[in-house]
Order: sequence, then structure tokens, then C-alpha cells
Amino acid sequence: MRAMEAGFADPVSDAQAAFRAVLDAMARPGRLAHFAAPAEVPPGLGRAAAALALTLVDMDTAVWLGPACAPAADWLRFHCSARLAASPAAARFAFATAGECPPLAQFDLGTNEYPDQSTTLVLEVPGLARGGALTLRGPGIETVEHVGIAGLPSGFWGQRDMLHELFPRGLDIVFVAGNTALALPRTTRVEG
Amino acid sequence: MIEGYNFAYLDEQTKRMIRRALLKAVAIPGYQVPFASREMPLPYGWGTGGIQVTAAIVGRSDVLKVIDQGADDTTNAVSIRRLFANTTDVATTERTEEATIIQTRHRIPEAALREGQIMVFQVPIPEPLRWLEPREAETRRMHAHADYSVMHVKLYEDVARFGHIATGYDYPVVVDGRYLMKPSPIPKFDNPKLDRSPALMLFGAGREKRIYAVPPYTAVRSLDFEDHPFRIEKWDESCALCGASDSFLDEIVVDDSNKRMFVCSDSDYCQTRRAHGHGPAAEAKPATATKDAAE
Amino acid sequence: MYVAVKGGAKAIEASHALLDQARRGDPATPELSLAQISGQLTLAVDRVMAEGSLYDRELAALAVKQARGDLVEAIFLLRAYRTTLPRLAESLPVDTDKMRPIRRISAAYKDLPGGQMLGPTFDYTHRLLDFALAAEGKRKTVEPAADAPQTDCPRALDILDREGLIEQVAEDDASPPDLTRDPLQFPAERALRLQNLARGDEGFLLALGYSTQRGYSSTHPFAGEIRIGDVDVEIVPEELGFAVCIGDVRVTECEMINQFQGSREKPAQFTRGYGLVFGEGERKAMAMALVDRSLRAGELGEERTSPAQDEEFVLSHADNVEASGFVQHLKLPHYVDFQSELNLIRRIRADQTREAAE
Ligand SMILES: [Zn+2]
Repeated sequence: MRAMEAGFADPVSDAQAAFRAVLDAMARPGRLAHFAAPAEVPPGLGRAAAALALTLVDMDTAVWLGPACAPAADWLRFHCSARLAASPAAARFAFATAGECPPLAQFDLGTNEYPDQSTTLVLEVPGLARGGALTLRGPGIETVEHVGIAGLPSGFWGQRDMLHELFPRGLDIVFVAGNTALALPRTTRVEG
Repeated sequence: MIEGYNFAYLDEQTKRMIRRALLKAVAIPGYQVPFASREMPLPYGWGTGGIQVTAAIVGRSDVLKVIDQGADDTTNAVSIRRLFANTTDVATTERTEEATIIQTRHRIPEAALREGQIMVFQVPIPEPLRWLEPREAETRRMHAHADYSVMHVKLYEDVARFGHIATGYDYPVVVDGRYLMKPSPIPKFDNPKLDRSPALMLFGAGREKRIYAVPPYTAVRSLDFEDHPFRIEKWDESCALCGASDSFLDEIVVDDSNKRMFVCSDSDYCQTRRAHGHGPAAEAKPATATKDAAE
Repeated sequence: MYVAVKGGAKAIEASHALLDQARRGDPATPELSLAQISGQLTLAVDRVMAEGSLYDRELAALAVKQARGDLVEAIFLLRAYRTTLPRLAESLPVDTDKMRPIRRISAAYKDLPGGQMLGPTFDYTHRLLDFALAAEGKRKTVEPAADAPQTDCPRALDILDREGLIEQVAEDDASPPDLTRDPLQFPAERALRLQNLARGDEGFLLALGYSTQRGYSSTHPFAGEIRIGDVDVEIVPEELGFAVCIGDVRVTECEMINQFQGSREKPAQFTRGYGLVFGEGERKAMAMALVDRSLRAGELGEERTSPAQDEEFVLSHADNVEASGFVQHLKLPHYVDFQSELNLIRRIRADQTREAAE
């Protein structure tokens, strides 16, 4: 039997540091956040994704796992007391990889009255970089930010653009690549 | 640190719940996210919303500043700072520029904020439409449809009756062109500091159980009319201690013949100016009633 | 020079010392023990547990002592402590059918199976100050009743239920909502309303319940049954898979029989109002049952015309920790906002004076 990977070594401080990293990423789309903990990661999740799970997921949040992330299910149950959601639409948090991301409109986009009651998608991609081909505009960005997000399926940005007209409903995405993360809240406009 | 309580008082599960609300608040600027506010060791109305937000974000490397009415040494600011000193051991400061987190009641510091700083506002009533429509179910519907006509009617009636928009503080704003938001009871003097600020602005209403946010560099427009543009307060006087003529001034009645003096409400701003050699303006003007700018 | 309210740290410390002195009172008088408070000021402790939403006699007694007998302050102390407690398990619903009652009465029936049991009640005391009590040491003892406490009292309302004369209560195994974990949202379902009322301020509910008796949405209530006693608290540990009893709590339950309803399709039947509180809190449980019934106006197709029928009004203002905090926060400095208002009113008046002169 395989031993379960550990969670945060210092649950209070590590969760606080990870939260501030993702809060800053969400507040300033286009900036990269870095995660040093947890030291071990479960099969199916990178370090940034694992840190986000340990920081934000618990018994009150249903989690949907894409096929490539599914091996992390036991780890999520053990460390986060997470409940698994049967579908993307039932998930408060969804973890998936770029290659197998369901159509974005399948996630819970919230309602006009309660747009906060929507999925946060944590999407593992092969690479994240500042100064790439995508141009970002919107709240949190002084003028524009340029970033590169590798490995997204064709049509991804088109799907995301379609969600804009539903605002305030929408999907907030945290792209993760290994130890780093970059957030695109629903308000960020992407060109290029 | 006091024994028997978790770092920053709240248990980790409560912090996670607040942290999830904060992320959604940042993602939907100006929208009030409901959260399961907890009873805190300070009473509702004393800043429990701000305290819960600060407790959910603060870490060992933060430097915390707490102000009430712009000052670090007002009793409630002292009391809140002490709560965090007792439950976190984080460094505290009175210097705006040194702080990474500034919890405030009723003011935004005069010194320009910078990237990476977080303002945490204590909010008594988060709903900008509450005094026009007491029912939550109804105001929620108005926000869902961006139907803010009752607010425009109210401001228009003000103009008809008084010749002015009769709101001096907690002056309503529109965030990122969408959500109507209460900036908390800051004087309208401080509203322009919210617009496209490099700092992250977080708002916590404990008793009303709402969290909302304005991300950095986000447009925050104070409501007005073309023929009645938004204007901030200005004083004929300058600060009696540091001579500042660009700060929000507290009016202090000094004797029983209604003689008064004016001093900066932002105690750190005033002290910093004095430390740099500024003093009272050379010729003290007679104290008179204040007037708005642009007249 | 300018000092005003600044320099708060020293003032706070001095105030804490004075508060402690005031709490202790005359040092020549023996200090109150927690056992004395929980054993002799039982109803104060009960109210603090009920509205503090935490069943712990010793902590509640400590809160009463620390709060100098101010029960709303004591409730606040207990709530703030409750915030820091981990949530270990969810109990099964308590079964008040299996209550071990110390009191049980029905105002709707002269007698009923299980009998009427007065128990320790103020009801038929003459409210005459008892000067013998001031002298201390006075004590009445009670011979244990020949018929031991009933453990199987069928409910008064079940008698009506068997005749089909009162509305059925739908069995619902769903986990009830919890307003301490999810913020109150409107419209609120009945389970959530009842939780809010059970934690709500007794005085507020009393006044609202009273208002329904004076024509502000009359519900024609009869006190179908009031029972006070101990009930088991059970949990189902995941590793065991069956219920185990982890202790008992004393509760007061009130079931009101209210105004009947009916239509061409549905035969006329009575409706229900329900109250349940920790400890012995009969006045609170009865007021709660009245308000519960009034808040069901929408569900029962009654027009909402009165405060007690208005769920947003009632639920948003029932909590005394919230209300006490917000009313009293007006003592905090507001001089920045006041300066803004001064500024504005002076400007409006200056404009008016100028216009009058022109
Ligand atoms: Zn000054």
C-alpha cells in the first residue's frame, strides 16, 4: 500500500501564505503567484493546485476532479474532508488539466442574484509566463498585462468570451503550472 | 500571545470560509458576498467584519496598522490592534507606508497607498439601497438587474430640495461600471482615493454578514449629475499643527464662545509632516465655517 | 493643546480595572462561585445557554458572573467563545416524545394520558416578596411524588392528529440549514426560521408574540402542550454506524394549536406553532411558538399585514448580540462623518442665504 502524501507541514502559516498568494493573483490578473508548500504533492495535482486545495477546500465545498486529477481523490478526502461532486455544475471547486477541460459553460456560473455561488476552476496547464501573446485588461490591471498560457485547447478563449455577456454570472479560473499560478477572474478581458 | 486560541482567533475552517468569500468578492468587484460571519470577542458594530477579514488574511510577516477616524490612538483602534497583538504577535505600526494591512473605520489615509497594500474597511451597513428599500430580497433583485433607479431618484430629490446631493459620507459609488457600492462611512473627501488605487480594498460587514472588494486599478465613480458634479469638501483653514491644507480636518471647539481649531484627522500624516519641519501656517486665519471646493 | 479622546491605551486599562472592581463588589462579601450561579440562578444560566446557542452550564455561569449579571452581555460572551469551538459531529434530532419531563401541561384538554404535571412553576405563586428568603436558610423539601416522572407522555397534539383535525407535519430527513454556518438568506425555510427564533432575544419575541394576541395578525392560539424535561442527545459515529447517547440536555418545548384552515378541497383543520429552547424557558418557548405560527402566513395563504408575519423584519432583528452591538456602537467616535455633515449643512445654508439676498 502506498503511503498518503502529507499536507501542509504548518497548516496555519502555510494556508495563510497560499491564500495571500492566490488573493494577490486574483486581485492582479496576469501576475504569477508562487507556492512553496506542500512539500509533497498527491498524484494528479501539481504543487500550486495542491496548495489551493489545502487552503480553500473542506467539507462545505463539493469538488469535481477531471480524469487526470482523479487520482488525488483519496488525498482530498483525507486532508480536506472534501466531498466529490458528480458533475462540473455541482462543484464549488473543479480541478482539471487543460487537455480535458469540459466546456466552460458546464460549470456552475452562479445566478444573477448570487453570482458568487459559482465554480472556481483550477486548470493545470503545461506552462505560464509573463510577457506572452495574450493581452489582459480589466480590474486589477493598471493598463494591460501580457501573459502566455500554454496548452489550452482551441476554442477555449472563444468559450470564455461567450461568458462575458452573462456577467455578473461567470467562471473564475486559476491557471496552475507546477509551483506557479495565474488567475483570471470573470472580469478580465483577454485578447490575442 | 494569549493561550487557548488559534492564530488570529478564528479557527481554520472559519478562515477558509472567509477566504473563499474574499476571492469571490475580488472576482466580482463591488458585489456583496454573503458569508457566515461569526461572533467575535468585540461587539457587532465595533468592526467585527473588518476584524474577521483581517484575521483571515493576516500572516506572521505582515505589518498591521489600525485606525479609527483616521487616528491610530483612538480607543477602538487601540482595542482592535491589541486584539491582533494578543492573538497573532504580528508587528504593528502607525506609519501608513510601513503597513501591509491597514484596518480602518471611517477614513482612508492621506498618504498615497501602494501596490501590495491591503485596506480593510469596517462596514456597518453594506447595502447602498438599504435606506431606500429595507427588504433584502428586493435589493438583491435590484443588484441582479443593475436597477439603481431608486438611488438616482433619491439624489435628484436631494438636489431639488437642498440644491445639493445631501450626502457627506458613505457616498454611493459605482464599481467597474456595474455594482452600486457603499464605500463604508468614509467622508466623500476620501472617495477619489478609491478610484484606480494601486492597493486592494476589502470591506467586511460582520453583523450584516457581507464581504465585498475593490481590486487595484478599478474604476470607482461617485454618483453625480452633469449639472451637479461630485465635489469633495475643502476647508478655508489649514491644520493648526502641521499647516496642511490638503488633508481632511477635524473641527475642535476650544472654548464656550464657539472658537475652534482644525487639525488633521489622519494622525500619522500630521506627525510625519511635523517631523519634516512643517508647522502651522504663518498667518493663522480667523476660524470660519467651512466651504466646499470649486466655488 | 489638542488631546481630546486620544491616548486611548491608558484609558482602556484603567477602565478594565474599574470594571473588575465593580464586578467584584464589596470584598467583605464572599465571592460568588460558579456552582452557586449555576445551581441557584438556574433560569439566568438557562437563558444564557439558550440565546448563547451553547449548552454548558458552567461556562454560562462564568459568563453571568463575568458580565455582572447582565444576561445579554453574558450571551455575547458565550457566543464569542462558541466561535472558537470545533464542530465535532452533528447530533440526531432530539426526540421530545422520549423526554423525561419535570413539567407537562396542556391548556387544551382538562386531562390527558400522562396527566398534567405542574412541576417547579411560578404560575400559582403569589408574587409577594418573601422576606424569609432574605434571611437565608429557608427551604421547602418535597416528598418524591408517588407516581414517578412519566417517561411516556403521548403528545396532546397527537390526539388531534389521530382524528385528522390538525395539519400533518411532513417527515423530513434532510439536514436542516444552519445559520451559524451559512448566512441567512431570504426567503428562509421554516427550520432556519426556528433556529433563528431559538437563538433570538426573549424580550423581542415576547413583544412580537404579544402583538399577535392584540390583533396584529391574530392566530387564535391554544397552548396545546408545554413540556420541560431532559432529552438524550445522540450521534452516529462514522466508525460505528449506529446511534450512541453522548449526554442529555434540558429543554422546554411548546406546541401551539392555532386557527383552523380549510378549503373546498381540504377539510378544516387546526394549524401548528412550535417553540423549543435550551433549559427551562417557558415564556420564550411560548412566544417563539406564537411567532413561528405568524411567520407561516405565506405558506398558509394568509395576507401579511403585521410585523410578526414579516420574516425579514423578525429574523433580521431577533438576535440580541447583533442588536446590542449595533445600537451601542453609536457611542464610538463618529466625528469624521459628523464633520462631513457639518460641512454639507453649512454649505447648503450659505447657498440659501445668498439666494435669499439676490
Ligand atoms: Zn496636520
